[in-house]
Parts: sequence; structure tokens; C-alpha cells
Amino acid sequence: MRYERPQTIEDATALMAGAEANAFVLAGGTDLLVRMQSDAFEADLIVDIKAISGFDAITQTEDGFVIGAAVPSAALSEDAALVAAWPGVVEAANLIGSTQIQGRCTIVGNLCNASPAADSVPALVAADARAQIAGPAGTREVAIADVPTGPGKVSLSKGEIIEAVLLPKPEPRTADAYLRFIPRTEMDIAVVGAAVNLSLGDDGTISAARVALGAVAPKVLLVEEAAEALIGSNLDEAALEALAVACSNASNPIDDKRGTVEYRKEVAGVLARRAAQTAYARAGEN
Amino acid sequence: MSSKKHYSITVNGKQEEFLAEPRELLIYTLRERLNITGPHIGCETSHCGACTVTIDGKSVKACTMFVAQADGKYVTTIEGIGGLDDLHPLQNAFKEHHGLQCGYCTPGMITRATKLLEENPNPTEEEIRFGMAGNICRCTGYQNIVKSIQAAAAEMNAAKEAAE
Ligand SMILES: Cc1cc2nc3c(=O)[nH]c(=O)nc-3n(C[C@H](O)[C@H](O)[C@H](O)COP(=O)(O)OP(=O)(O)OC[C@H]3O[C@@H](n4cnc5c(N)ncnc54)[C@H](O)[C@@H]3O)c2cc1C
Ligand code: FES
Ligand code: FES
Repeated sequence: MRYERPQTIEDATALMAGAEANAFVLAGGTDLLVRMQSDAFEADLIVDIKAISGFDAITQTEDGFVIGAAVPSAALSEDAALVAAWPGVVEAANLIGSTQIQGRCTIVGNLCNASPAADSVPALVAADARAQIAGPAGTREVAIADVPTGPGKVSLSKGEIIEAVLLPKPEPRTADAYLRFIPRTEMDIAVVGAAVNLSLGDDGTISAARVALGAVAPKVLLVEEAAEALIGSNLDEAALEALAVACSNASNPIDDKRGTVEYRKEVAGVLARRAAQTAYARAGEN
Repeated sequence: MSSKKHYSITVNGKQEEFLAEPRELLIYTLRERLNITGPHIGCETSHCGACTVTIDGKSVKACTMFVAQADGKYVTTIEGIGGLDDLHPLQNAFKEHHGLQCGYCTPGMITRATKLLEENPNPTEEEIRFGMAGNICRCTGYQNIVKSIQAAAAEMNAAKEAAE
């Protein structure tokens, strides 16, 4: 196995583009190394992106936040401005694994591993985040929801590496929240994850909303009907019920030891309700 | 052709230089190459925490890091935390409060707990359970591990106050 630790993104994409087979980008390694151990496969080339300059930075810009691809999840909660702007994204990223994992894992790794249950992904989709991708043909930007295409699969082409996650600057009186349900209290895979991002108008009614679900379909779901149920309401019982029904209906989960299809559909509605209540309370304080 | 590379890692204050395959997992470098056998191997897949070490100030599972990723870094293992003649307050507390039975998880537990108490010198039971969630113990039922960490925290805080 060849291990490279390039200093520039140009070198990194060139290495990945020139690789014959079995080449992997390495961020925190908490998925990749574990998979190499448990599935006992060998990589021919590993391109470690943790030394690329600027990749470990969270930058606040006029448009919002740029979170470098090598930023460990633990660092998100240390950035006060980010926590204030996107508390749901930060709480989702902080649910990944235990402290030992938090110090190493990245949200970009969480996204590119393309697990349907990845915790940070629904929160990023609800926040309308984008991925900035560098490749041999230059850089491009795509919506987070367009990166995973199914379990373990992403839409990146050969040589492409995600440089950063771009979070917009939230509108006034906007807030997000993420909740997941797991059988243990920590360190488990989400049975369902629900993220809600909403904005309040001058009269206190919900003027905009985005609702995303994890672990209930082959990839993250952005549920338009759920957002519509919220918009124009004061989060009254009827709106909450419509939200829950929309989320349950949109869910198309698998049956496994963590939960049956029926159970997961039900929990998707319950979690979305609770996440909406948290986001609503937070937005009122902003 | 050998694909070995030269690495330099400082373990418990001692700089170690050696040739290794980049793919070698740090836990094997420590245990088999450097004979530092305190960190244990329980699962090799980041789940049990027996291999926990501290790298550049952070708790890390040494089974989930290539030696190449540790190049140039500072690693602390249980051996660097305290020895037979100078037990760390956490080691003493685990001994006093039955924080171990078979002891297999203990080096990882204590190494993680040293960082937990740096991050939060006065943790509640809930904070201890959350902060130690990456370390699994099949013997104790955790109750005495929590007690040991609380006792060590109290002792360390008292010692700090006395010194001030
Ligand atoms: C004990 C344990 C508990 C866990 N708990 C959770 C949990 O609660 N919730 C959860 O969602 N996940 C969990 N995970 C999974 C994992 O920790 C996360 O998915 C993590 O965010 C992965 O990030 P990483 O930086 O370590 O990724 P890596 O392992 O470095 O990479 C993951 C994948 O993404 C690719 N990749 C990484 N960066 C880029 C990039 N910039 N551009 C293109 N491709 C890239 C890699 O090639 C690889 O295929 C857990 C893992 C373990 C071992
Ligand atoms: S051996 Fe590393 S976590 Fe189990
Ligand atoms: S004391 Fe035996 S595993 Fe913890």
C-alpha cells in the first residue's frame, strides 16, 4: 500500500486521478480503516488529506461558513459562531461515535461513506449545505443531498475530492435541530434521524422550512410535504400532525434488528415533531 | 521491493525511529515493534476502546490509525501515565474502588479517563458515562469504573487546591 500525505489539493486530486485502482481518500479513517479491518481488503493507494493547507479550518465568510474537509467533528462544537448559527448541524456531527472517534472523524467522511444512517447528513441537507468539490477538471459545487447516490455510493468522479462543506448564512430568526433514535444511548447506528431547519416571519409564523430524514431510505430524504406542513403555521398541533404524517409516509425503510418498517415510519414522524419543536424554540430566541 | 518507510514517533517522551510499512496499524507498532504492551487489542475495529492512547493531546483508538498517520506525533500510553512506584491517582482509584476485574479494558479506560478529567475536572456520573462511551468493559458493569473516576477526580481536585 502506498500512503501519500500531499500538502496541496492539486497534488491530492492528481494522485487520485492517476491511480489505477483501489485508491481511497483518507480523512479521519474511522470508516475506512474499520472497513479495511473488518472486510479485510487492501488499498493500493491512500491519499491522506489531513495535511492539505486550509483543510483543517472553519472559516466564516459573508455567505456563511466553510468547513474544511479535514476538520474533526469535535472542532465544530468549539466554534461559537457556528454553534450559534447552525446548532442542529453541530449536534448531529457531535453524535458521531465517542470522544475517541470525535477527535478524528469528519463530516465529509460521514457524507462520503454514504451510509443511509449517517448522522450529520440529514442536518446538512436541512441546512441547505453544499459540497465544494475539487477535481482534475477544476472545482464545482453540489447540494449535499446529491453526493450520496445509495448505500456506499457517491456521485464523485475519478480524481474528485470534497474540499469543504459550505453552510449558508442563516436568515434572521432561523434555527435547526437534529434528533436520532438509537437503542443504546451512545455509539450506535441511527434507527431514524430527523433534521428540521426553519425560519420565522415577523408575525412569528413559519416562513420557510426544510425537513430531512436519515436511515429510512437508501439515502437521505428531503421531505417537501413535511416542509409544506410547517410553512404558514405557528407549529400548532395540526401542523405537527401533518409534519409527522408526511415524514412517516415519505419513509421507505428496511426491516432489521434495530427496527421494523412500521416502527421506523412511526419514529420518523415522532422525531420530526420533536426536532421541529426544538428548532422553533431556538428560532424564537434568535 | 520493500515498501517500508522511515518513521519517527515520540512515545511516552522517548523518540522512536524505525522502518515500517505505512499500513501497519499503530497498535501493532506499539505492541509488537516497540514492546509497549499496555494498550490492548480487543476488536481492531474501533469499537471497544482497549487500544486507547493519547496522541497530541487527544484520545485516539490506536487500532484505527496507520503508523504513517502517527509519524512525527507524540503518543502517550498507560505506561506514560504512571508506573508501579508512582501510580497515577486514577490507577490508585481503580485499585481502591474495584474499577477492574480481569483488567483487559483498564489501560484504555484509564488512558481515556486521564483526558476526560482534563476536559472536565468535575464530571457528573452522566458526563463520565458519556465521556467513556467509547470504552467497553465486559466484567465490571461500569458502576465501579464510574466510582473510581469520581474518586480520582476528587483526589486530584483536592491536591490541586492544596497546591494553590
Ligand atoms: C465506533 C464507531 C462509532 C460510530 N458512530 C457513528 C455514529 O454514531 N453516527 C454516524 O453517522 N457514524 C458513525 N460512525 C461512522 C464514522 O465514524 C463516520 O461516518 C465518520 O464521520 C467518518 O469520517 P472519517 O473522516 O473518519 O472518514 P474516513 O474513514 O476517512 O472516510 C470515509 C469515506 O469517505 C471517503 N472520503 C473521506 N473524505 C473524503 C473527501 N474529502 N472527498 C472524497 N471522499 C472522501 C473515504 O475515501 C472513505 O470512503 C462510527 C464509527 C465507529 C468506528
Ligand atoms: S482494539 Fe481498538 S477499539 Fe478495540
Ligand atoms: S475489567 Fe474485564 S473487561 Fe473491564
